[in-house]
Amino acid sequence: MLGEGIVKGMLETAKNFAGSFVSAERLTTVEYPEERIPTAEAARVFPFLVYDGPEWEAGLRCVACQICEKECPPKCIYIEKSKDKKPDFVGKMQIYPTRFDIDVSVCMSCQICVEVCPFEAIKMDTQFELATDDRFGALLLDRKELAKSNEYYHEIHPTEAAEVDERLAQEKAAAEAKAKAAAAAAAAKASADAAAKAAAPKPEPPAAGGA
Amino acid sequence: MGNWSTLDQIFVILRNWLVGFLPAAARPAAGAVLGVIAIVCVFPGLFALTTVFERKGLGRMQNRLGPNRVGPFGFFQPIADGIKSLTKEDIVPRDADAVVHFLAPLVLVVAVFMGFAVLPMGRNMALVDMDAGLLFFFAMGASTELSIFMAGWSSRNKYSILGAMRAVGQMISYEVPLLMSSVVVVMATGSLSLTRIVEAQNHYTGIFPNWYVFTPWGFAGFAMFAIAATAETNRTPFDLPEGESELVAGYFTEYSGFKFALFFLGEYLGMFSISGLGATLFLGGWSAPLSFLNVVPSWIWFFAKVMTAIFIFIWMRGTLPRLRQDQLMNFAWKFVLPFTLLDVMVMALWRFMGLGWARWVVCSVILAGVYVLMGRVQMRRKHFGPRSYRYAE
Repeated sequence: MLGEGIVKGMLETAKNFAGSFVSAERLTTVEYPEERIPTAEAARVFPFLVYDGPEWEAGLRCVACQICEKECPPKCIYIEKSKDKKPDFVGKMQIYPTRFDIDVSVCMSCQICVEVCPFEAIKMDTQFELATDDRFGALLLDRKELAKSNEYYHEIHPTEAAEVDERLAQEKAAAEAKAKAAAAAAAAKASADAAAKAAAPKPEPPAAGGA
Repeated sequence: MGNWSTLDQIFVILRNWLVGFLPAAARPAAGAVLGVIAIVCVFPGLFALTTVFERKGLGRMQNRLGPNRVGPFGFFQPIADGIKSLTKEDIVPRDADAVVHFLAPLVLVVAVFMGFAVLPMGRNMALVDMDAGLLFFFAMGASTELSIFMAGWSSRNKYSILGAMRAVGQMISYEVPLLMSSVVVVMATGSLSLTRIVEAQNHYTGIFPNWYVFTPWGFAGFAMFAIAATAETNRTPFDLPEGESELVAGYFTEYSGFKFALFFLGEYLGMFSISGLGATLFLGGWSAPLSFLNVVPSWIWFFAKVMTAIFIFIWMRGTLPRLRQDQLMNFAWKFVLPFTLLDVMVMALWRFMGLGWARWVVCSVILAGVYVLMGRVQMRRKHFGPRSYRYAE
């Protein structure tokens, strides 16, 4: 009959209207600034630099190899190498970045920098509220703003961070075993030298830099 | 008795008290001005409320929340909207006819406000108790078409002119069934005065009211009136003149800032006035739905009926898709108009059959039969179902 479809449609919307007051699953809206859905563990937004230990500058894992800079498709990473060296997590002397800038406005969140990094130094963050009212300075994040602790990494990507830690521990153990073997083979003087280097890394690097 | 009648007549008493401070010569004019001020304050206020309720209601129908940011539950949203539209730049296209472009929204709002003058909004609460109130209302309602065409023509924009052409075609087509469907009420009452029409319905059989909508011809007339009124006010599913998805905003594409707000206001005021008229003609105006509910002031009933009609407008907007222009015209000329004509004849039959139950049966059967038959015949050649494409597949 004429008008039957209209009545049916009206009943449907009436059901929606009344239902939205009684059943919570009809209203799927999450009122964002007040409520949020927890981000998925695999979420990725923008890279950050991982550091170990309490000091961000000393603990930065990055060795300024510039692979990420070269691989970055939109070319949003800018790295300047240091002239001197500092020991990395296994105690090997490495150069480090004196500048490490990423342009938020250019980054496309592709995670390629993370995949190519051989040192597990750059990882993806889940922080997505990156808007700023300063479109010149604030969009270019420097290494201090990018540096985040390994604990933070564990917090946002627990499984991935555990795997990374395991891998690094293995590498470190292998390096230590190798060093030990080398030390055993070499003279006692050389072994003592290596131990001294490993034991007191902090004040050393600037002094040892020229070498 | 005294208690509820004071509350019922509170606005009349208030007006008389205020006017009493003036010399006798100035009293009629002052009373009229007070009435106009009341109308000009109350209905835009209702408009502001309706915009929030509409957005929230539509949201609920679409399983979302609707505006809830400005003030408690978003109820200050119209204030924010008003400030926004007042502070926005008022752009007039270079090639527009500036004078007509400026006048169009004013003409619309003034014409729509004029309609409220004759509506009885409560016992003794019609601003002007005109003998030909219905005629005046329709004359004013028809002049809104002028302002819409002024807006579309003066803008010098293809979307505006298309929207205006659609609007004029649609409004003139539906003006005829709108008038024809109210003719039955005039036939029943024998008067064009809206106050008399309400008085004629303000009787009760037992506790039930003698509203015209509860008669076969009244029900059919009311249904046709509702359809025509929806088309008159350019509401969904007859919102072709605006047609956001096709014509940007139709006839007010080239309007910005406060002039746009005036068009918006005019549209909603048109909804209020046509709902008020529908309530007056068929739903007993300010009379209570059950006899013992007369203790509630009459103006509350009037506004309750208007707001119910507004809710149904919103409900339809949340449900129905827009018609095509040819469907719209076919519906007006091939279905609504013939049916209103039949309704007029059934009304005459009702009159001649005299009292008794026989006329109820005969009139109901004629109207229902013709409705079903016309629906069947007109839908026979239509193929409902998934749309098929000749070339796209």
